[in-house]
Amino acid sequence: MSTAAIFPPGLFTYSFMQNAWLAGTAVAAVSALVGFFVVLRGAAFAAHAVPRASFAGAAGAVLVGGDTLVGLGVFSALSALGIASLGARRDQSRMTALVLMAALGLGALFLSASDAYAPEVYALLFGQIVGVSRADALGLVGLLALALIAVALLYRPLLWSSVAPDVAEARGVSRRRMDVLFLLLVALAATAAVPVVGALLSFSLMVAPAAAANRIARTPPQAMRIGLVVALVSVWLSLVLAYDTSLPVGFFVAAVTTLCYGLARIYSALRERRGALRTVKPA
Amino acid sequence: MHGLGAFFADPAVGTALLLGSIVASVSGAVGAFVVLRGQSFSGHALGDIGAAGASAAYLAGMEPLYGFLGVGLLSGLLMDRLGERASSRDLATGIVLSLMLGVGALFLYLLTERTNASGGTAAVLFGSIFTVDPSVTLPIALFSLLSSLLLALLYRPLLLSSLQPDVARARGVPVGAVGLLFMLAAAIAIEESALVAGALLSMALLIGPAAAALRLARHVGAAVLLSAGLAVLALVLGIFLAYESYFWPPVQHGWPVSFFIAALVLLEYLLARLWPQRAARRREEGAAA
Repeated sequence: MSTAAIFPPGLFTYSFMQNAWLAGTAVAAVSALVGFFVVLRGAAFAAHAVPRASFAGAAGAVLVGGDTLVGLGVFSALSALGIASLGARRDQSRMTALVLMAALGLGALFLSASDAYAPEVYALLFGQIVGVSRADALGLVGLLALALIAVALLYRPLLWSSVAPDVAEARGVSRRRMDVLFLLLVALAATAAVPVVGALLSFSLMVAPAAAANRIARTPPQAMRIGLVVALVSVWLSLVLAYDTSLPVGFFVAAVTTLCYGLARIYSALRERRGALRTVKPA
Repeated sequence: MHGLGAFFADPAVGTALLLGSIVASVSGAVGAFVVLRGQSFSGHALGDIGAAGASAAYLAGMEPLYGFLGVGLLSGLLMDRLGERASSRDLATGIVLSLMLGVGALFLYLLTERTNASGGTAAVLFGSIFTVDPSVTLPIALFSLLSSLLLALLYRPLLLSSLQPDVARARGVPVGAVGLLFMLAAAIAIEESALVAGALLSMALLIGPAAAALRLARHVGAAVLLSAGLAVLALVLGIFLAYESYFWPPVQHGWPVSFFIAALVLLEYLLARLWPQRAARRREEGAAA
């Protein structure tokens, strides 16, 4: 395949593609930053449920004629707080399921009342990266800046509280507060990701690159860096492939990130085997 | 009220009530163990994943039921094998779910391209209990029977390995195999309800009644039965309200049945939370210890 077929004209020059590059990059970075903590805390369900629940907010915004980004933000924050408030004690996944169920029921109601076009719904569920306006893309860069500040401030206590909650609690890092702050971070990432990669697939970007990095990396900062690189490369590759084939970008994001996770698992298994051989020898 | 007679005489309502009650009772029973084992995420994911199988089956011109079942069993197997430790289980579920949703997005896209109708997308994703083809009744009844038989056979070892895995292992219960078989029984129940009632309701019927029943019942066995009963109750009442809502303002095309059933299930759970909590808390603390 020639270079022109892989990088056809317009890939970087059309203004809608420039917006897509900007938006995709911002979303990948936010998702990877938050995904690092998602994987550390094993909170994949929350990372899936919050963007899914925020879909109801978008449907509600369509119904009342409001801004979908505001609807997404409000509903993702509400569901994050709901999960944190109800599920702090025992089985958080049960509460997550109940919150998600409530939000999806409302979403079904809003959707049926508003008579939204099916393509609009499809875009919200599976993402529509070429439909991002310049203003939206800049808004996403703003959300990225917010996420960077939040992660910089929270990095140490959140890391502690995720790895050794009891020790952190004993040293004055409230487990409960960290839980709420973490879920609000997930809500922030969801608000950024849903308009671009869709409610169903935004969590692929949050979970798979960070899970791959977690398999390979030896230290937390290294895991964060590898996760960021995997997420960025996956999104960029998916943009090129989606532009070439005109298949939905969400499909490529899910496929590429899952492939990265599979490779990371194979790599870590091989490394463990080699490590085991090495430790056997001296004995 | 617009007449109970008309409600029961409507053939679409009859099919919905029959199929819905079958899948709701099995989902409710399986759900009690799903919730007890902390596998709510897997349970929800299996419902979502069904859409990928359904759209693949549509594309291949096959019966959607087998698309649902095939992809559900495959995903259940993958989730069980990838999440070897309890701590990595939700992560493994997430990876499988994200892969399957990606593939589902592709199939749905191809489906809309080919058939040039976007109605299929909504039908696969939000499925309506009133539009189910009555010819699937027999296979659904058979598979439901299979799933509940499997659950009945597994009951004792499953109970022990869910509450006290270490004790179960010490007594020679094959905890891994029991977990895998339960996952497959759950996958059958969940995929069937995803086909009949849609992904949203498959989760609602699986988790909500079970979470309520585990708060109310003194024994897990009673919780399994109560959960099945609560699921059927929410389903029948929800279908009735949805039928009635055709005559309600502000929209004249009826309110979605998914909304009613989800709301009723939530109401059941919230009412159960008001119940005195001693029995359930003692049992779960015993399980955690």
